Amino acid sequence: MYVAAVFLPLIGSLIAGLIAFAAQGAVRADDKERKKRLDRASQVVTCGAMLLAALSAILVFVSVVVNGQDGTVELFTWIDVGSLEFSWALRGDTLAVLMVTMVTVVSSMIHVYSIGYMSHDNSVPRFMAYLSLFSFFMLMLVSSDNLVQLFFGWEGVGLASYLLIGFWYDRPAANAAAIKAFVVNRIGDFGFALGIFATFFLFDSVSYDTIFGLAESKSTATMEVFSGEFHALTVICLLLFFGAMGKSAQLGLHVWLPDAMEGPTPVSALIHAATMVTAGIFMVARLSPLFEYSETALIVVTLVGASTAIFAATVGCVQNDIKRVIAYSTCSQLGYMFFALGVSAYSAGMFHLITHAFFKALLFLGAGSVIHAMSDEQDMRNMGGLYKLIPATHVLMIVGSLSLAGIFPFSGFYSKDIILEAAWGAHTGIGQYAFWLGITAAFLTAFYSWRLLIMTFYGESRADETTLAHVHESPKVMILPLVVLALGAIFLGFLTVDYFIGGQSADFWKNSLFVLESHDALENAHHVPIWVKYLPLVVGVAGIALAYLMYMFAPELPGALAAGFQRTYLFLLNKWYFDELYDKIFIKPSFSLGRGFWKAGDGLLIDGVGPDGVAAAVRHLARRAGAVQSGYLYHYAFAMLLGVAALITWFLVKGGHRL
Amino acid sequence: MLEIGLSHYLTLGAILFTLGVFGIFLNRKNVIIIMMSIELILLAVNINFVAFSAHLGDMFGQVFALFVLTVAAAEAAIGLAILVVYFRNRGSIAVEDIRIMKG
Repeated sequence: MYVAAVFLPLIGSLIAGLIAFAAQGAVRADDKERKKRLDRASQVVTCGAMLLAALSAILVFVSVVVNGQDGTVELFTWIDVGSLEFSWALRGDTLAVLMVTMVTVVSSMIHVYSIGYMSHDNSVPRFMAYLSLFSFFMLMLVSSDNLVQLFFGWEGVGLASYLLIGFWYDRPAANAAAIKAFVVNRIGDFGFALGIFATFFLFDSVSYDTIFGLAESKSTATMEVFSGEFHALTVICLLLFFGAMGKSAQLGLHVWLPDAMEGPTPVSALIHAATMVTAGIFMVARLSPLFEYSETALIVVTLVGASTAIFAATVGCVQNDIKRVIAYSTCSQLGYMFFALGVSAYSAGMFHLITHAFFKALLFLGAGSVIHAMSDEQDMRNMGGLYKLIPATHVLMIVGSLSLAGIFPFSGFYSKDIILEAAWGAHTGIGQYAFWLGITAAFLTAFYSWRLLIMTFYGESRADETTLAHVHESPKVMILPLVVLALGAIFLGFLTVDYFIGGQSADFWKNSLFVLESHDALENAHHVPIWVKYLPLVVGVAGIALAYLMYMFAPELPGALAAGFQRTYLFLLNKWYFDELYDKIFIKPSFSLGRGFWKAGDGLLIDGVGPDGVAAAVRHLARRAGAVQSGYLYHYAFAMLLGVAALITWFLVKGGHRL
Repeated sequence: MLEIGLSHYLTLGAILFTLGVFGIFLNRKNVIIIMMSIELILLAVNINFVAFSAHLGDMFGQVFALFVLTVAAAEAAIGLAILVVYFRNRGSIAVEDIRIMKG
């Protein structure tokens, strides 16, 4: 069952990939009928495989989490070299199975949605193949039993993300965004790979069970890095966390995520909101037995998470592209999850991860529905007044936004609440930092969510006539998945809060998460002052109210504010100038370094001394040697004479005694 | 009275040989002179052969000298024939003009 859940998407992907080749032929032959049939076939295969996978995943979930069986499946030995020995295995504890279920369910919804969204596209089979391939790698990642298998999935989703961001390869912006995402992720992965090496160095194993078993005994070990002694687990955790920062778009390595919105919207929903970007969160939670023993690493996680939460929220408030607003919101919510992990509230972080997957996928797909209706218009300044024209999308977007803003009783309320309470409950300076930044970010989250809603759905329409005439509600195949996700966004938090973080949590998680006794932030979270409990909700409502005030009742206010605080506004609009900064300190220098290596190193040195230089020297020598051959007979004769004289001299001096 | 011994013959042979060699590559005028120089070298060798033959009392040297004369005659005939053909083709047998033997 577990095997089916993980490998069905791969099979679907392979079949769809083969169909893509056939479809290419049909396009070339201009056979519309045949192409349509092939498109349909690829959609049926991938969606069918994905839905079956989701069904199997739910069954596995029931057997592992509800019935308490161990679902671990050993496939076969992968590598067995010296002391490095591990197998392909699917890990069957709550954390893995929970992620597998979430990924398959959300992914299958998005597969179905794609049928409608991509209906006008030229390469449907290719898209479906990539989408399923991504799902497979993500499942491999979350079901991994050792760090190398995790890395396999980790790189695989990176690849799928690259392919899907650059899906419309005839758009230069999409290609640039794909390359940017890939390169930034490589930077993170470098740290991640080093972390795995360090783990093997310390534990002599990469299997989770071995590592986790030894973690306590190694908790005081030190490791030499650049001829300095450091706490070994801190080094490992920081390196691994660096990888997580890249994948989960945390402050510093977040720059790729907003650009990744160049991909088709279902991709943004699946990869860049619901699943792949949460891989970092999952990884830290998975490795909680390591992170628990490193206070420094936890502090760094909290610091980075909280900073990202506030940074992305401020930027999200001024963006005009509907998908970018949601992208920054994703970035910000990932920050929440990280600082939850940082205060050892792993289950709270995972809770938010799951609810976020539903409401963020819902928001993205809703935005996709809007974009679809508006004939590919993404700028919110050209929208407005759409609620009468696309009522179903409108309602679904409101549900998603309410959940995102953390309004009772939507899912987001429960998970965001517990995260902020846990930050408070950590009773540390860094916890306070995270709490207050989190509260501010919650306010901003509500504000930009409603700014988005109001700019898109209310007020006077700012679209042009032809676009407006084309506005239509999305087909059922797009709305239905949204409804499923919306149900998750509404009820999931309420239904599962007790299992994730409440009284049943010990039974639910069993031993898949590990928290030291002394890290009792989550325990304290249930006993916080009453104002801490209600503050997130209050600021959420306040944010919504402010958005109404600024965009509904006094529409001239935002413009006036932007003009009044122009520097702040530009600072936010340009995303804190991160891209410009990186351009200055990394990209430009690496370009000039590369140019230097190319011109001086390769051109002058290697070519100059190597091939070109040797060739030139040989040519030069040959010309000189050629000059010796004058063509005059007596020159040759003289040379012969010299030769004979030399030979005789040599013979007399060396070989004379033989005579 | 001065006894004419082996060393005199050898000296004469060496002088003739040197004249012949220098005749080949100091000569700028005429290919025929080169052939004459070669003839001179061969004669120098012959003198050596005959001198040693007389000195050692061995007839082989004189037999060999006759062979050398035969070969020299054949060589002169072929060389002159080539020269005639060459002159027909190029209209000159001046050494300076023969300079196409180069890479």
